Amino acid sequence: MKIEVRGINKTFGAFTALKDIDLSVESGELVALLGPSGSGKTTLLRIIAGLEFPDRGAVLFDGEDATQRKARERRVGFVFQHYALFRHMTVFDNVAFGLRVRPRRERPSEAEIRRRVNELLRLVQLDWLADRLPAQLSGGQRQRVALARALAVEPQVLLLDEPFGSLDAKVRQELRRWLRRLHDEIHITSIFVTHDQEEALEVADRVVVMNRGRIEQAGTPEEVYNHPATPFVCDFLGNVNLFRGRVEGGKAIIGNVALDLPEDGAPDAAPAVVYVRPHQFDIDERPQGRNHFRARVKHINTAGPVVKLELATEWGDAVHVEMSHERFRALQLARDVEVFISPREMRVFPDSTA
Amino acid sequence: MVGATMEPKLIRWFLTGVALIFLCLFLLLPLVAVFAEAFSQGVAVYFESFRTPDARSAILLTLMTAAITVPLNVLFGLAAAWAIAKFQFIGKNVLMALIDLPFSISPVVAGLMYALLFGARGIFGPWLAAHNIKIIFAVPGIILATAFVTFPFVARELIPLMQMQGNEEEEAALTLGASGWQTFRHITLPNIKWGLLYGVILCNARAMGEFGAVSVVSGHVRGVTNTMTLHIEILYNEYQFVAAFAVASLLTLLALLTLIVKSAIEWKAKRYLAIVKLMAEESAA
Repeated sequence: MKIEVRGINKTFGAFTALKDIDLSVESGELVALLGPSGSGKTTLLRIIAGLEFPDRGAVLFDGEDATQRKARERRVGFVFQHYALFRHMTVFDNVAFGLRVRPRRERPSEAEIRRRVNELLRLVQLDWLADRLPAQLSGGQRQRVALARALAVEPQVLLLDEPFGSLDAKVRQELRRWLRRLHDEIHITSIFVTHDQEEALEVADRVVVMNRGRIEQAGTPEEVYNHPATPFVCDFLGNVNLFRGRVEGGKAIIGNVALDLPEDGAPDAAPAVVYVRPHQFDIDERPQGRNHFRARVKHINTAGPVVKLELATEWGDAVHVEMSHERFRALQLARDVEVFISPREMRVFPDSTA
Repeated sequence: MVGATMEPKLIRWFLTGVALIFLCLFLLLPLVAVFAEAFSQGVAVYFESFRTPDARSAILLTLMTAAITVPLNVLFGLAAAWAIAKFQFIGKNVLMALIDLPFSISPVVAGLMYALLFGARGIFGPWLAAHNIKIIFAVPGIILATAFVTFPFVARELIPLMQMQGNEEEEAALTLGASGWQTFRHITLPNIKWGLLYGVILCNARAMGEFGAVSVVSGHVRGVTNTMTLHIEILYNEYQFVAAFAVASLLTLLALLTLIVKSAIEWKAKRYLAIVKLMAEESAA
């Protein structure tokens, strides 16, 4: 089912949770709402679910206005951050709940309910725990029960609020890959909320980056990561180095170096901020080409898939750089060695704070 | 078992002894005294005390009062606790304070309030008299006063419980297609049932044991507006000690029953948690 959100506004007292939100989610798409806490992403999800109602604006399901429809009429599967499993019911009864509360005419027979619940429990690989109570399950198991319960009513949309937020790192990784596989299998239109950029980039078809009640950018993971539309997106999606300077005659002036601009993103003769990701630097012992500046190695961390360096520029800024272990060994870097670094790629935005 | 918090034996014995002596002196002894006095002239006389028309009428009136006020306060309590725990609205703190009012007001004052409102010289007195409705010095007054005094018990028990549980489970039920009533019946109610039961028991005990407020509005008409507590007072004042203590022993039994049910609920809740924990450990192992 296709979901459209048009001109949604929502305030809680004096706090503006959402401001003029427009968004459309295609049928079968898996979309991530990504943003820091307080950015309005959960409120938007709850409005789509019908658990919250907008002050202004409309929610459309397949082109039909669903703004006034109640949660129980929307056929939306909602997975809560803290699972919200019915604590007094077994896993089986939790999953069966949505089928059992149907009006008598639409309710499947008890045998049919049994068959469907067992099928779903197999899908989430928990059929062996059907008789347990939620309190007896691990966090990851509870999350999968919550998912099976949401899927039991055959929703047209699946909404997940921070689905992996309260799990430990390893379980999180497994579960989000599993969710991606599951989505590829059943192809239900899905929206999930997360504050973890890695999670959003890895799982989603499309990422919607939100900040202070507005959408900063919506695009594929590749687009938002490599072509951030705003400084906020650039900053929020992964580590980034930030240099304040000016744009002057097609060059970015930072400290005492002038860098060639790769694109004309910022107005000329104005303060600008240059963003460079840690892996977008080349490092050499000698100057190579023109786009370079000098820096001194302050700290080296070789634990992990890449080597992380912290450098200090001549004018005192800290720069974080990542490189491969091979490159690191070839350069034979050590603390306090002076090197020449040059950004391969960069993003330049007008400096709004200057 | 020896630990840092273990006191020498002497002190332990002393403290336990003090506690036991206090219990005996102030709780056990009066309890025994009630039953001893009630049975002092034999079992036959004890049961005879309940056979008088006045005693019967008093017992019936008390049962009826409880049968009306307890369900009323269960409804009020559920509604108030639901509103306070699950919604944000203006005047929430005022409502919370109002719920506590019967706790902080002397029951006698509570009774007087109703007398002032509905009594012959009260605000609604002339209108009620004109329509031939009797509230004060009649059964409706007793029920009103009892309902007022016992109002907080159910709500007070439920509010913290419901606030702690939040409303995510209810929201989950709604997204799964449950109606408001189905959500209440299958999700909210099972989650609060022990708290609710405890509130009902306390409410009932107080409804049957209430004296002050009821005394003001009842008018002490024998056989008509006398509750058990009022009946006991009259018997006692007339030096009918055996009969007074016999009826008192009924109320005492009610108190003991309340205590037993309360312990049973707590024991059951604790055992349930222990089983869940045990099974969780097993599945982890």
